[in-house]
Amino acid sequence: MKSLISIGDFTKEEILHVLETAKEFEQNKEQKFLEGKVIASLFFEPSTRTRLSFETAINRLGAKVIGFSDASNTSQSKGETLKDTIKMVSNYVDMIVMRHPLEGSSRYASEVASVPVVNAGDGANQHPSQTLLDLYSILQTQGRLDGLTINMVGDLKYGRTTHSLLQAMSHFNPKFVFTAPEELKMPKEYKDFLDAKGIEYIETNSLEEHMNDCDILYMTRVQQERFTDPMEYERVKDVYTLNASMLGNVRENMKILHPLPRVTEISQDVDDTPYAYYFKQAENGLYVRMAIISYLLGHR
Amino acid sequence: MENGTVLDHIPAENVYKALDILNLKGVESQITIGINLNSRLYGRKGIIKIADKFFEDEELNKLALIAPKATVNIIRDFKVVEKKKLVMPHEIIGIAKCKNPKCVTNHQPIKTRFTTIDNGNEISLLCHYCEKITDTKSIF
Repeated sequence: MKSLISIGDFTKEEILHVLETAKEFEQNKEQKFLEGKVIASLFFEPSTRTRLSFETAINRLGAKVIGFSDASNTSQSKGETLKDTIKMVSNYVDMIVMRHPLEGSSRYASEVASVPVVNAGDGANQHPSQTLLDLYSILQTQGRLDGLTINMVGDLKYGRTTHSLLQAMSHFNPKFVFTAPEELKMPKEYKDFLDAKGIEYIETNSLEEHMNDCDILYMTRVQQERFTDPMEYERVKDVYTLNASMLGNVRENMKILHPLPRVTEISQDVDDTPYAYYFKQAENGLYVRMAIISYLLGHR
Repeated sequence: MENGTVLDHIPAENVYKALDILNLKGVESQITIGINLNSRLYGRKGIIKIADKFFEDEELNKLALIAPKATVNIIRDFKVVEKKKLVMPHEIIGIAKCKNPKCVTNHQPIKTRFTTIDNGNEISLLCHYCEKITDTKSIF
């Protein structure tokens, strides 16, 4: 029984397999080979895109969804431990999709559950289905994953999507640019990880400096909910704003990705440029999540 | 001491932590503790002598986290019959605390679990759950 908690749980071959299957689902969305299965969608903290796309994926595969999107309506609010909730739910269902604000909660859940667990985000730690949909979007827009330059912009300290994407892309000989203010720089452990693998990276605090020499501009939101110090958030919240006038000399193949929701970091005028890919990226989440569920339930 | 175990070369400030790790509070054997003894290795060292008690290597090696240069002397019939050095375990379960305040192990009744990472001069711990790195100074 395999779960997907961290992007490191999948080998390069498994990643490529899921991306391949996602492509098949994009071409044919109605493949109801999970009829009769029940999947729990346990969202202990709010989410729009991730929850809706997982639940749509489950429905499109023909399975039924049970669950909640607000932990205050559950026994957790009465003091039930996470272990007891997960053990109880795993008696009812064939798989658990879970989001929880505590880091490591999904790994723990996968150890006490009797069914596969998919991590739909555990605090600032991991969000592997986002990573796989980011990889799928990169593959779809660039035609390859190997040898690309990825410029990650914004909150590289707390932004779990950048950490997981960095780990996943390390299979594919990338170069990285890390664009962040001093307070939100890429943490040392991830730079150590790249150093150990001999992967090149540049750090800058200027958005303009390396915008014209990358294939993917991966923008992120500065997430207020991840800060323990509100003053630190106030200092950095509006640090970068990308607008259409800045895109004059970018590579023709360059695409802008963003895990969404965006606030001020991408102006609306960028949406109409050929470089904007973030809405299609969100749509890709559906196909990738269908592929993840199918793979973990042994159907593809 | 006629029979027992002597743990020597423990950094003076970590003697009480060593007693905790070996779960010695409540044992009935005679225990002699020395703190702030002169040491060429640390300046000041600690020593713990536990009469009539012998440990599995697995238990002793947990001390490597806080006393990597400690030595273990096994005493039988008033003689040192064996001297051992500690070996850093690959995994540390249930004794260290994750420094990440948002780690699930700090909020739910879960035994912590870390993989040890040897960086040459220092050891750090990778949390199995939240995947954050804790240095050995912040684990208790």
